[in-house]
Amino acid sequence: MGGHLNPNHLIFLGQGALWTIGLSAIALIGGGIVGFAVALARISPLKTLRLCSGAYVQIVQGTPLLVILFLGYFGLSAIGLSLSPLTAASASLSIYVAAYLGEIWRGAIQSVPKPQWEAAEGLALSRTQRMMMVILPQAVRIATPPTVGFMVQIVKNTSLASVVGFVELMRSGQIINNSLFEPFLIYAIIALVYFAMCYPLSLFSQRLERRMGRGRARLQPA
Amino acid sequence: MGVTLDFQAVLERWPSFFSGALLTLELACFATLCGGLLGTLVAVGRGSHNRLIAASCKAYVEAIRNTPLLVQIFLVYFGLASLGLKLSAFTVAVAALTINVGAYTAEIMRAGFEAIPTGQIEAAEGLALSRLQIYWHIILLPAIEKVYPSLTSQFVLLMLASSVCSQISAEELTAVANYIQSDTYRAFETYIVVAVIYIALSLIMRAGFWGLGFVLFPRRRRLGTSL
Amino acid sequence: MQHTTSSAAPIVSLRDVQKSFGPLKVLDGVSFTVARGEVLALIGRSGSGKSTALRCIDHFETIDGGEITVCGRRVDAPDVDLRALRQDVGIVFQSYNLFPHLTIEQNITLAPRAVKRMPLTEAKALAREVLAQVGLEEKLHAYPEQLSGGQQQRAAIARSLAMQPKVMLFDEVTSALDPELTGEVLKVIERLAADGMTMVMVTHEMAFAKGIADHIVFMHRGKVHETGPASMLASPQTPELAQFVGTGL
Repeated sequence: MGGHLNPNHLIFLGQGALWTIGLSAIALIGGGIVGFAVALARISPLKTLRLCSGAYVQIVQGTPLLVILFLGYFGLSAIGLSLSPLTAASASLSIYVAAYLGEIWRGAIQSVPKPQWEAAEGLALSRTQRMMMVILPQAVRIATPPTVGFMVQIVKNTSLASVVGFVELMRSGQIINNSLFEPFLIYAIIALVYFAMCYPLSLFSQRLERRMGRGRARLQPA
Repeated sequence: MGVTLDFQAVLERWPSFFSGALLTLELACFATLCGGLLGTLVAVGRGSHNRLIAASCKAYVEAIRNTPLLVQIFLVYFGLASLGLKLSAFTVAVAALTINVGAYTAEIMRAGFEAIPTGQIEAAEGLALSRLQIYWHIILLPAIEKVYPSLTSQFVLLMLASSVCSQISAEELTAVANYIQSDTYRAFETYIVVAVIYIALSLIMRAGFWGLGFVLFPRRRRLGTSL
Repeated sequence: MQHTTSSAAPIVSLRDVQKSFGPLKVLDGVSFTVARGEVLALIGRSGSGKSTALRCIDHFETIDGGEITVCGRRVDAPDVDLRALRQDVGIVFQSYNLFPHLTIEQNITLAPRAVKRMPLTEAKALAREVLAQVGLEEKLHAYPEQLSGGQQQRAAIARSLAMQPKVMLFDEVTSALDPELTGEVLKVIERLAADGMTMVMVTHEMAFAKGIADHIVFMHRGKVHETGPASMLASPQTPELAQFVGTGL
């Protein structure tokens, strides 16, 4: 009943924030691994791989993340596969992140200038060697700014994990609100914490993008 | 242990799905219109010579883009309630979505404005057009045409994001799904059906925007080229 | 606010104009006048300040010192009426700057309708008239990208003419064109001059300038080095002009 915001509450929020960062990292790594596979599949010479990965991306990008979360938590448990909120949220977010990162990375790979592909072929490198030694290193540079930018999306999207009961920052706030009944104040603080986490990432991504632009200009062919 | 899926029980509820989908589209349309207008005004404001206006616009954009939609919805919901306003969940949802998409639209429109070559603005000035006339005839419509694909994607994302409004009891598609799955105990099938409906709604929206572009941009219609 | 209505007064007058871009002095005491119906050619190397001087006339650059008077009004005054100035002055740019999302007709009718509140039918008739003047009547409903460079530049001239300016400024209008397209634009300018339009043109086309200019101003490093009729090019007084002409431009 009532009460005031005290340091214990803030510590609780802090723990929630740590879980937010943790879940974001899991989604980034899990989604990153699958996303890498998706990106490669999207440019594979095998048509079935291209179509399947393309369908995967279209389906995930056409579905709200909340629905994917519900599917992973309530849906799976209804057919007998019961997951903890953490596992369900991690799996759902990873599937979501994989589709978007896959597209970003596919775009980066395809942005590597055509002459580079041709030069690598001309040196009689196998397809794997071409990818590993020539194309991917350059694609990584192109992909870094948008990937960092997407990390901001990941952090924000972890807030939805609260809806399936995972206690990250948002859920911590709701729990505190159940005893304090100061929703506007609590959510304002939560907004500030998210801002503190996301804004530096946004700035970093913008700085990378500017540097990429300048670097690209210098790399014009002789 | 076999898994039996019973889509029949879920598909019987198609009237509820239909009304939920309709509300989702309504939310998306209202928020698109209001948010598009807001975003355009903010994009204009960012280029203002008045430093206070320019800084406020930038602050608004950064605040929205670096906080989750769920937090924004709750802030709008509880904020409006604490002001004593009794608004329907639909109105609150539209307000929150408008504020959210306004910031993203502002960034997209700003890129569009910056893509207008200064030479054309000079030519318009040389023809004695006023600042307002230049914005309207020379900057606004070409900018929208240039960034139209980004705008379309943004508004489709908005429609998908409206699912979060289920958390403040707006009776859109996701809220309907939650209700049906608790009623039929068929969570898996329900959310699969809803996912399919959302994908269909995305396609409908994209087709709608394509058609709108056809009407709005006669040059593109006639020549088939982009600006 | 001086307002002279004598027909003998020059339409454009620059007196001791100074302008710097930071530490770089671009205009250093530039003075010349353009009388009604006169054609003045501004020539000089890149960086001599000729384009800047032209842009100052239509207030696309502000000056740091001196006076610029157009149609009896001071352009350098802090309360200058830009809209009135730009109805009196028409300017055509090197990169034509046609509005790509509008048809040629719409490009031309936009300003008369928006600024002079001309009704649509009248504006359309005006568009047809000025396009005929530049030889492009059939391109009325085309979009700029469907026209060649020379045609686009002629359309840009027509667009400026539609506002019925008292003086036309041409800023290196053929420099961006392929050589075989410059002829059609120069012919249009020649006709305008013959019809009595007051003109100031910055140009590299020496032969053309010699042909139609009543007056030539040679600029070098922000100063007016020589000024006189076209014949002065044959007998330069200063080494700079001699070198400039000698490079066979």
